[in-house]
Amino acid sequence: MESRTAEESIAAILAGETSSAELVEDAIRRSEDDPWGAFLARDGERARARAKEIDAAAERPPLAGVPIAIKDVLSTRDLETTAGSQILKGFRPVYTATCVERLEQAGAVVVGKTNMDEFAMGSSTENSSYQLTKNPWDLGTVPGGSSGGSAATVAARQVPWSLGSDTGGSIRQPAALCGVVGMKPTYGAVSRYGLIAFASSLDQVGPFARTVRDSALLLSHIVGQDPRDSTSLDWWKPIEMPTAERLDGVKIGVIQEMLDNGIEPGVKAATEAAIATAEGLGAEITEVSLPSSRHGIAAYYLIAPAEASTNLSRFDGMRYGARAEAEDLLEHFERTRGEGFGPEVKRRIMLGTFALASGYYDAYYARAQKVRTLIVRDFVAAFENVDLLLSPTSPTTAFKIGERVDDPYAMYTSDVCTIPMSLAGLPAISIPCGLADGLPVGLQLSGPAFSENDLFSAAHALEQAIAFDATPAGVA
Amino acid sequence: MSTAVALEPVIGIEIHVQLATRTKMFCRCSLSFGDPPNTHTCPVCLAHPGVLPVVNAEAIRLGIVAALALGCEIAPRSVFHRKNYFYPDLPKAYQITQFDEPLGVGGHFSVLQPDGELDVGITRVHLEEDAAKLLHLSSGGRRAGAEQSVVDFNRGGTPLAEIVTEPDLRSASDAAEFLRQLQQTMRQLGVSDCNMEEGSMRADANVSVRPVGSTELGTKTELKNMNSFRFLERGVEAEIARQVALVEAGERIAQETLHFDPSTGELHSLRSKEEAHDYRYLPEPDLVPVVPAREWVEEIRSTLGELPVDRRRRWMADFGISFEDAEVLSETVELGAYFEDVASRVDPKSAANWIRGELRSQLKDSGTPPWESRATPERLAELIQLVGDGQIGSSAGQEVLAEVVASGRPPAQIVDEKGLRQIQDSDALGAIVYELLAANPKEAEQLKAGKHKLIGFFVGQVMKETKGSADPKKVQELIRERTS
Repeated sequence: MESRTAEESIAAILAGETSSAELVEDAIRRSEDDPWGAFLARDGERARARAKEIDAAAERPPLAGVPIAIKDVLSTRDLETTAGSQILKGFRPVYTATCVERLEQAGAVVVGKTNMDEFAMGSSTENSSYQLTKNPWDLGTVPGGSSGGSAATVAARQVPWSLGSDTGGSIRQPAALCGVVGMKPTYGAVSRYGLIAFASSLDQVGPFARTVRDSALLLSHIVGQDPRDSTSLDWWKPIEMPTAERLDGVKIGVIQEMLDNGIEPGVKAATEAAIATAEGLGAEITEVSLPSSRHGIAAYYLIAPAEASTNLSRFDGMRYGARAEAEDLLEHFERTRGEGFGPEVKRRIMLGTFALASGYYDAYYARAQKVRTLIVRDFVAAFENVDLLLSPTSPTTAFKIGERVDDPYAMYTSDVCTIPMSLAGLPAISIPCGLADGLPVGLQLSGPAFSENDLFSAAHALEQAIAFDATPAGVA
Repeated sequence: MSTAVALEPVIGIEIHVQLATRTKMFCRCSLSFGDPPNTHTCPVCLAHPGVLPVVNAEAIRLGIVAALALGCEIAPRSVFHRKNYFYPDLPKAYQITQFDEPLGVGGHFSVLQPDGELDVGITRVHLEEDAAKLLHLSSGGRRAGAEQSVVDFNRGGTPLAEIVTEPDLRSASDAAEFLRQLQQTMRQLGVSDCNMEEGSMRADANVSVRPVGSTELGTKTELKNMNSFRFLERGVEAEIARQVALVEAGERIAQETLHFDPSTGELHSLRSKEEAHDYRYLPEPDLVPVVPAREWVEEIRSTLGELPVDRRRRWMADFGISFEDAEVLSETVELGAYFEDVASRVDPKSAANWIRGELRSQLKDSGTPPWESRATPERLAELIQLVGDGQIGSSAGQEVLAEVVASGRPPAQIVDEKGLRQIQDSDALGAIVYELLAANPKEAEQLKAGKHKLIGFFVGQVMKETKGSADPKKVQELIRERTS
């Protein structure tokens, strides 16, 4: 069966050419045939039942019963949710995340949960405590991370779309490495209720899809204020389906710092070609500097671990999840957490605990927050002159499995182009803009808060002009 | 080394009051006391993966009520923090509390005393959530040697206001009295039921000593969780005595946290300064700052009404009632209102005496509070007036009150029916006195000769003759006139 985009699937269902049951069955079959290791848990039985229900309903819901995969960081009732960690092995939540609930109400059918770096900490999905996920473009390379499973499953066409979460680039970077569209909305656009927290002030849920329009469609069904999340925003402008083919009058700033050091030549070439394409579509291209962004990684690796160190404290083996045998309370905590968390998670908990320690708080956490403010100011200044910013999404294409596991700093630099937008809470999208040595290159567009419609519009025009139509070998 | 310098204790109190909301601080679970364990829980208060807190607006309102009643400034912006530590009764392994930007700061509270007022500075009022309840089970039911510890999460997430005083108290009894009057205020404002036995009001005391006249503070110790006024007073007294003895022996006070065991009167160290936690405070990223609108705060202020301390002060000044009367009568809002109603109709001092004395004792058995009894303020005032005017005697008054309490009928009607009105007529009484003196010549002679005790005998005879309706004072006067 030919793989359709979500939009095409909905049209085909409405035209009576296919049914939700048929599409869901195909997705289940594809998810079970998983040489990429994208899936951690599958929910075939409930998915089939749900598809049947939707097909039988008098009125079809807007998403018509199209299958979807969900990053394992989102809580799904009765469906094992581990966040990639042994400490949650076998954990079946009692509730469903708001964004997933909204998608189910809109008629999307969840077929399974995708692999990820443990607690979303990583850029290669190699930190999953369960399995590796392989990049469909080259099984010897990583899919990026932390939402590697959600990116790979869309690239491998197991499902037309999926949900991921992005804290410092965890949607955009794997989207870039897997040659799909990945989008991180404005902080607060999508409810975080049910998203297992990594760094609360940075985490956002967002879509993976093969097209910008599918991305917009998916986001349109999950945005909006949620009474269960005090940081969610009143989303007063609906997300529109983009149609633009030109970029006339759109001012695009190219972030200088992100085209200089450490950018692979192939990535740079594809980015420059995309810039030329944008110019050809009528965009006004200027150079923009974000001087404080060079401190982004340093600030991020204090703020995110600090928040993570307290967010992950609840995993104490008392009420749910893995629990180690122990003689006394202290040993219980030490052994449960010592055995339940992987090395990268422990590293970040230690880092965050240190950064918050009395006497160090001002030197580390408070200072990092000041840097964050400076980065926000850089963006505010930039958006006085341009509508959108452009950069590569990742400085490199997909790297070899194992290549960076022993070098945390090299791994951390994977997110050098995506972290500044996360720190500033801004929306950003990654679209494929070409291949470098046979591997996809991602182009990142970012805009001011609430500029989702403008971002989708520009990304759609560029997507149409770039006409990236390569597919990984062995994927149909 | 011993010191001849007199030492004074310096005491500050930290009080936790459980706010009288329907639901918990950060989720919609209902509050309960005494329900079966773990029946008031949800993913949020059990800290399941992915859940988020949402602030209870009613808790903010009650916090503002408390802070305003304590004369605090309401912060235009206050912030919740995470206070991190691992313990089985803390499911998130952090408590959401307020740290350096509390809800209210810089207030004071006047403690009324028989001989004046004591002004206690209020450092801050902040909001937080309570921990769950740990129970230690063993076959003998004792904590020592417990075989199992279990957690009841019903209490976890209960909204609390923490009130911190300046070190303005100088004795254990002042500390207890402060706490009593604070309890009364918080109860009457509906902030909390402040039940110390059930733990809805808990107090910790910071205690130090210093030479009288010194303005520096000595090293303090913290006494944890005293669950009655008496324990607080005894615990603080014991700690003052311990510190004074140490200082007089030339030893240093160690900064530590102590537990007072009321059954033995002993103090046990819970932890020293070195063992203190590093709570790694972090601004709670899951919540936005509390920014109460000015108009809302003013609206709340306008609903506070007269505070108990102001009411008591006014009664003592305007009604002339005693400190003790004012204390007892202001115990509840309803009793206070009842008293005011009666006092507006008759002499307030008499009103206070009747309510505290006869009315209270007559209602004791039924347990009916005065304001719900048939003795309405109007009826009670009528009765007090009859007695005050000498229309009936005080013992007849008691009888009439019993009837008013039973039937709610007008006292004057009861008096007439029962013929209780006192005979004031000097001629009528004089005739009776004359007859009695004549009928008892021996006693009359003795009385004339100076055996004054016998006056009681004749008064009794008159009362008997008049079936108690004579005014005994008047009778006494008449007997004196005729025997002198």
